[in-house]
Amino acid sequence: MEVTERIRDSLHRFFDGDFWYSFTQSKITMISGGVTAVMLLAAFFAPLISLQNPFDPAALNLMDAFTPPVWAENGSWAFPLGTDNQGRDLYSAILYGSRLSLFIGFASVSLAMILGVTLGLVAGYLGGIVDVVIMRVADVQLSFPAILIALLIDGVARALLPNNRHEDVVVYVLVLAIGLSQWVNFARTVRGISMVERNKEYVLAARLIGISRPLIMLRHILPNTMGPVLVIATISMGVAILLEATLSFLGVGVPPTEPSLGTLIRIGQDFLFSGEWWIVIFPGAALVILVLSVNLLGDWLRDYFNPKLR
Amino acid sequence: MRWKISMFAILLMVTISFAAASAQAKELKFAFQGTLNSFDPYNLNETFHLGTQGNVYEGLIRRGADMSIQPALAVRWEVMEPTRWRFHLRRGVKYHNGNPFTADDVVFSATRVRAEGSDLKTRIAADTKVVKVDDYTVDFITSKPNPILHFEWATWAIMDKEWTEANNAVSPQNVGGKQENYATRHANGTGPFKLVSHESGVKTVFEVNPNWWDNPNKTHNLTRVIFTPIGSDATRVAALLSGQVDMVYPVPVQDQRRVNSTPSTRVLVGPELRTIFLGMDQHSDELLHSSVKGKNPFKDKRVREAFFRAIDIKAIQEKVMRGLSEPSSLMIAPSLTPLSATHFKRLEYDPGKARSLLSAAGYGKGFSIGMDCPNDRYVNDESICTAVVSMLARVGIRVNLLAQPKAKYFPKILAPNLDASFYLLGWTPGSLDSWNVLHNLHGCPNLKNGGPIWPAGARNKITRGKFNLGGYCNPEVDRLTDKILGETDKKKRDALIEKAWGITIRDISHIPLHQQAVSWGVSNKISLKQRPDNVFDWRHVYMK
Repeated sequence: MEVTERIRDSLHRFFDGDFWYSFTQSKITMISGGVTAVMLLAAFFAPLISLQNPFDPAALNLMDAFTPPVWAENGSWAFPLGTDNQGRDLYSAILYGSRLSLFIGFASVSLAMILGVTLGLVAGYLGGIVDVVIMRVADVQLSFPAILIALLIDGVARALLPNNRHEDVVVYVLVLAIGLSQWVNFARTVRGISMVERNKEYVLAARLIGISRPLIMLRHILPNTMGPVLVIATISMGVAILLEATLSFLGVGVPPTEPSLGTLIRIGQDFLFSGEWWIVIFPGAALVILVLSVNLLGDWLRDYFNPKLR
Repeated sequence: MRWKISMFAILLMVTISFAAASAQAKELKFAFQGTLNSFDPYNLNETFHLGTQGNVYEGLIRRGADMSIQPALAVRWEVMEPTRWRFHLRRGVKYHNGNPFTADDVVFSATRVRAEGSDLKTRIAADTKVVKVDDYTVDFITSKPNPILHFEWATWAIMDKEWTEANNAVSPQNVGGKQENYATRHANGTGPFKLVSHESGVKTVFEVNPNWWDNPNKTHNLTRVIFTPIGSDATRVAALLSGQVDMVYPVPVQDQRRVNSTPSTRVLVGPELRTIFLGMDQHSDELLHSSVKGKNPFKDKRVREAFFRAIDIKAIQEKVMRGLSEPSSLMIAPSLTPLSATHFKRLEYDPGKARSLLSAAGYGKGFSIGMDCPNDRYVNDESICTAVVSMLARVGIRVNLLAQPKAKYFPKILAPNLDASFYLLGWTPGSLDSWNVLHNLHGCPNLKNGGPIWPAGARNKITRGKFNLGGYCNPEVDRLTDKILGETDKKKRDALIEKAWGITIRDISHIPLHQQAVSWGVSNKISLKQRPDNVFDWRHVYMK
């Protein structure tokens, strides 16, 4: 009884609160939020709602290859969005592909966030030589495009790992590559905030009563950074999904037997001239919609946390 | 005022002369799907490399557009005795740097092509003696009679002894190694074109050789040639359609209609002599990339048959190749043999039988295996491999596919590395004869009869079976292969060829897939001749 009441209570607080109100004020935000939620759910429940497992080579039949979407001539309800050159159902492949893309996005942004926030906190709070070293590394990294850094890390991992092992760990290599190329934004923002906060009176008071430095950073300064970090995380999410798609499009991402959205687009690209447009258009559209709605959500979050922009 | 007029006159003259020059400049730009790794003509025994290098370097003989043998650096040759051939060399031929071509260059090239690291060792048998008679006569003394001695010499480039020695490039660049030599990026041949610059993977530039010995009979009007590799199918076709390049090959099967329906371009299609096949490691005691430990499943013929029967070649022909392939039971195009295309039949596609063969061999639960595949060498190579992966999955074999560009693929799978358990490869016999395929792909890769197959540490010394990467070995086939080489009676030779192919097919030495079609995309600005071995010979290019 206690628990349900508490849940009801917090739901009330959520829906009556500022956050939800701001969300309902913009149609675009509501639509993009809805689309993101649908795509997240679809990706999560992909094994339940897909028509075949596109990662299982035994489920594919080459004779089904190049089937057009259901509304076109020779289309079939077995493959509502048509099939690719290997007979893979595109609808199922997009579900599984966006699952992969979202997983890599979440994991790499989490990695970047943990790394960036920690380094930013330390740099901003401690200052001095620590700050200089961390921020110069960040500056150097900022002067490279993220895709180059991701390519570099991926290339090094490929050289270090034997070929036959690479396939098993490729997803984690991608997470590492994208995560490491994204931490700088977090670090710079968090450093700025913690530099401002460390001189405020409540922090001085905390220091005065002898609270240790890690605890001050964790309990007093970190909570102040959460708003902007959330905004950067959401926007980085879109960037990470795009980075993964780019790497896979270039052929250094996930293997063609387990396609992500980028791999599907790479496969489809070969058939643009020959009239099999659906192989590239549908995965491309799915990628655009996913990234766009995540980015719009990020925009709204930024506006919410920064009332000056409203 | 006068100086202004004279300035104007000078300007006008300069403009006119530039215009005239550009009217004369015939610059051919072409693109291929893969890169040109090296310009060392003994680095890689592969059609595209040898074909492109063949516009700069020449052999003693050359092949015409109809594949006929024509005299090139040799004017004529005669068989003095069955084991002694005399070649009379062309006089007055100059290398691109002005050095004269003499018998010393032939003797030198015969040594270099058989040296450690050369990928073309099979051009001349190891025990053949090459003797200079005088400056323009060379004798080849073989240990056994060989009626097809010179068949493959169109792709045995004769290099300049003086230039090669002066530039410290005497040992050929090894395909498995990473080192370069001077001949990797420079060339000094006798052919119709000179190499200007070579950047592997980026651009290679050639210009016409005004002092070519055959210029009086030349049938091209080019002044410059620029080669660019374009790996992506769609980009390559787009480059042709937009006029950035004048010729691309191969045109992906799915885009042929598009290229043909564009008014300024056309597709040339012809049957190719290349056979695409799958190879299996049958010599290792344990496969390098497999879940089966302690034994090699491919040593069991039932497993090889199961793999064969699991492959639906009709589906590959129809869906991956869009009809532009000829499924093959033989490891050579039937038109190059005395046999008809239906003489030997492919094992029927039968996944049920494949599964029962696997359980009979003790692999009822299946196993996993690594597969190597190029993705820029043959028509739709990666798609074929991906299709094979899903076909094998249906009989319980889990395949981990590694598809990569040929610059990485060939060094990995070829000797001495032989880092492949199951791979896709294509082969065109340079001599257009069965002996080449039997010797290179089916011969026992050992140093002495009964010795270990692919002996570690001595793999670079292998000549027989140099491309028999799976280590198939049947002494009877070797015996027949040697007899085929020496047999001069056509009827007897044909019978021997049929017998040899029968044995390799019964042994399931390889899994032949198909002969692909040659497909070139050509701008209507140029005319050319398409060779069935997919060699682009610029000697026949005429630009409007």
